[in-house]
Amino acid sequence: MTEPVDPIIRAHAVEKFYEQPDGNRIEVIAPVDLDVEPGKIITLLGPSGCGKSTLLRILTGLSQPSSGKVLWHGQPISPENAGVAIVFQSFALFPWLTVLDNVEAPLEARGVPAMERHKRALRILDTVGLDGFESAYPKELSGGMKQRVGFARALVVEPEVLFMDEPFSALDVLTAENLRNELLELWLSKKMPTSAIFIVTHNIEEAVLLADRVIVLARNPAWVRADFPIELAHPRDRKSPRFVELVDYIYKIMTQPQLAVAVPDAAAAVQKPARQKYQMIPHARVGGIAGLLELLQDRGGKEYLHRLAEVLIMDAEDLLPIIEASVLLGFATLKEGDIQITAEGARFAEADILTRKILFRQAALNHVVILQQIDSMLHAKADHSIPEEFFYDILDEHFSQDEVERQFDTAMNWGRYAEIFDFDRESHRLVLAEPVGEPHPPTTTPVQL
Amino acid sequence: MKRPQQIVFRPLVRIWSVLPRVSVAGLPDLIMFSGGLALFYGVIQVGRNWLGPFHPQLEISRSPGALPVYAGYSLLRIALAYVLSMLFAVTYGYVAAYRSRAERFMIPLLDVLQSIPVLSFLPGVMLAMAALFPGRQLGVEMGAVLLIFTGQVWNMAFSFYASLKSIPREMREAATIYRFNWWQRFLQIELPFATIGLVWNSMMSVAGAWFFLMACEQFGDFRLPGLGSYLQAAADGGDTGSILLGILTMVAVIVLIDQFVWRPVIAWAEKFKMEQVESTSAPTSWVLDFLKRSRGVAVFRKRAIRPLRGLMIHYFARHEVRTESAGENQAVLWLWRVVGTSALGAIGYAVVRVVMILTGLHGSDFRQIGIGLFATWLRVNVTLVLGALWTIPAGVAIGFNPRLARIAQPLAQIAASVPATAVFPVVLLVLIRLGGGLGFGSIVLLLLGTQWYILFNVIAGAMAIPTDLKEVAGVFGIRGWERWRKLILPGIFPFLVTGMITASGGAWNVSIVAEYAHLKGQVYSTVGIGAMISAATDAKNFNLLLASTIALAAVVVTTNRLLWRRLYRLAETRFKLEG
Repeated sequence: MTEPVDPIIRAHAVEKFYEQPDGNRIEVIAPVDLDVEPGKIITLLGPSGCGKSTLLRILTGLSQPSSGKVLWHGQPISPENAGVAIVFQSFALFPWLTVLDNVEAPLEARGVPAMERHKRALRILDTVGLDGFESAYPKELSGGMKQRVGFARALVVEPEVLFMDEPFSALDVLTAENLRNELLELWLSKKMPTSAIFIVTHNIEEAVLLADRVIVLARNPAWVRADFPIELAHPRDRKSPRFVELVDYIYKIMTQPQLAVAVPDAAAAVQKPARQKYQMIPHARVGGIAGLLELLQDRGGKEYLHRLAEVLIMDAEDLLPIIEASVLLGFATLKEGDIQITAEGARFAEADILTRKILFRQAALNHVVILQQIDSMLHAKADHSIPEEFFYDILDEHFSQDEVERQFDTAMNWGRYAEIFDFDRESHRLVLAEPVGEPHPPTTTPVQL
Repeated sequence: MKRPQQIVFRPLVRIWSVLPRVSVAGLPDLIMFSGGLALFYGVIQVGRNWLGPFHPQLEISRSPGALPVYAGYSLLRIALAYVLSMLFAVTYGYVAAYRSRAERFMIPLLDVLQSIPVLSFLPGVMLAMAALFPGRQLGVEMGAVLLIFTGQVWNMAFSFYASLKSIPREMREAATIYRFNWWQRFLQIELPFATIGLVWNSMMSVAGAWFFLMACEQFGDFRLPGLGSYLQAAADGGDTGSILLGILTMVAVIVLIDQFVWRPVIAWAEKFKMEQVESTSAPTSWVLDFLKRSRGVAVFRKRAIRPLRGLMIHYFARHEVRTESAGENQAVLWLWRVVGTSALGAIGYAVVRVVMILTGLHGSDFRQIGIGLFATWLRVNVTLVLGALWTIPAGVAIGFNPRLARIAQPLAQIAASVPATAVFPVVLLVLIRLGGGLGFGSIVLLLLGTQWYILFNVIAGAMAIPTDLKEVAGVFGIRGWERWRKLILPGIFPFLVTGMITASGGAWNVSIVAEYAHLKGQVYSTVGIGAMISAATDAKNFNLLLASTIALAAVVVTTNRLLWRRLYRLAETRFKLEG
């Protein structure tokens, strides 16, 4: 970063929030400054549901920020003036059009004459290795082939910035690896008419493998946790010490949002004062937590995070919530990219089914705010029951609509397992459960209205 | 860079090469050319008839030679109403999906309109249209078309709306980021996405349309030449031969439409399925294959359709049409306000008039309406129970036994495809000969019109019960009544509810024509709201007609909301078998 280059896209203090009916604001993305400079592959990493896809849509002009602005070469951005294309996670191909028609459609929209359209589409299909599939329909193709069509459709408009939203996560491991390498080859050999690539992903290794610059988002609301260059030469070796170090480093950042991270060499982490927030439960099922603790116990109670991911063949997206949940419940602790089981956690891992329930119940009531609130509410009420809206009322104040649903789901899973409450489907009410191993509460429940 | 040529077509052609070589390519074209000529002749004939004077006492010929002409007239009414419905459905669905302010009242309105029994408006609409075009055949024709339109449009509109709403977000975003214009969006995303829903709903709508059409053609003094009036005349004359011939023609027409319209359309619509992998057993149609081979069609596509499509896209690429509310200017906003206010004003005026008319009625009228409603309500529910009693065991037996299903299902489909209203005069004739009154007879008629909905849903439900559940029941020795209570009834419950909802709506509808009938110059009727509506029309007592119609519609909409909607929700949440 010796000489400043004019960025293609400049986002200045973009912010996204939802206005609640009561005037309360749910912040999804905290003010973010971000430049997309030419000549780089940039990856945006973050845990699931942190708003990275929303940020991508704001950067492309697809969606408007609540405040702040996005400039395309100095002008306010919109899909009409921006030279961008998007490769989607779900491919978003039109199943009723042939491969060729799919690729020609964006050119048709721009009023390119039929002959030229045809020529350009065929040339790009040739480039991405879809020769001979022109007249096939998408449903005849495998996932990898479909995403090639997605690439071709994006490249045919010769975008200055190519955006990719989790482009490989719907594919199996080998296909994804193959496509990644081909993308890199196209980029390095300058066969694509694109001056920057912006990839949103939750796969840490993918980011380190591809990126010239990595941006890590933290969630609730999203803010830039770290932003650093990767100067490894291509092709990168996954086993090289520097590669492993970087992967480890990113794991560390992502699992410890409150911690100031010591940056290895060139990296620069951004710090932000921690704010008082309502506790957010990680979206992990009890079964997942139990599985993780058992595995940890078997492996001597301590393990590197990235090794754990390898053993479980899980990526960060699935693994992180389980780890966070174990830490939240006091079953494990994190230290420098290692996870270590606690005494409580060890007891849980060794216990039988009924004892596990009791241990989980204690942990949940000690550490999980929403469950504490529900428990004391249920005991305080004469009929020992509360409507589910009570839940929503608490959560609505702090989270977006989707997040409320997920919080509710997870809290239900935990609360019912721990027998803190039961859920009555007919009346949509939470009712006090009779917990195992404890004397029954007095059964003076009055008649419910 | 050569694209693979149409080598694929050759083996297909070989099947036809038994015929002389010239005709292989020429035959489809020849047939289509003749079809075009016939259509032209038909248009001229219809025009002469419709614009001609109205014949109040139209003599319906019972000669077999007249049947094709009558069938043609019936078909034309259905086709016209269908085209109107399609246009309306697409417009309504489009506006509702993209204007959130309009959506808020358009969708609940659709829900109410959908549950109003259309036939209750039959008398009113026919009287009004006849008055609008005095002395012309056009009036009653338009009345019939309008009525069929009201019978078939709502579910199509809802289907289109729901399809638009369910377009995946990423697909919409792809369209935006690749700068699709309004026309391209409509043609390449919205319409394809909605096609399958529209096709199935069209089939349902048209099947319902036959039902309404038969009722229209047989209705009171407004005899429309058509299959319905032919059957009525045949029953009036007690002419068994003509009755059979009429029903045969009816079945033939329905089978032909199925073969020449629906099958090809379904086979064609297959490519709009949002599936990730190709399904193994795709529907096929020999007519579609035939059309695909026609050189005329190919030339037409290449010379006319493709250039036209290109021109349209090119035009819209240069002239951007804004659909999303972003660019809504002041003038458009005012236009909406004016339209909205005048609509409200019109509704207000209508309500005032209705209230004035209703206050003019006597207390005894209201008592009569109450009694009629209760009688019909009872009859509808008896019908539902009777229908369920025989269709549940039968449907489960068919659904559980693939061999039986192979034989029974096509038979049931043919039986169900004959609109109940078409055979009403005949059944009535038999009932009267047997000496039964309409009080009992109307239940038979209601049953005839509605049992199929329950049967087909029960069959589908029984088929949907997973084999492993059946095996579990077997392993634990659950059989007899226990098996019904634990496995079969809960398993078919959602389907049963769906069938009952449709059947209940249908039964209220049928009551208009089932409780009151002209036959051989005599009036047969029984106590009920349907009979009241028909009798009020005959007596030209418009106040009573209006009051009874409103009362009927209100009761049906209320039962839907209070009873069926709840049961449906229960079925959706508690008894849904999820994978």
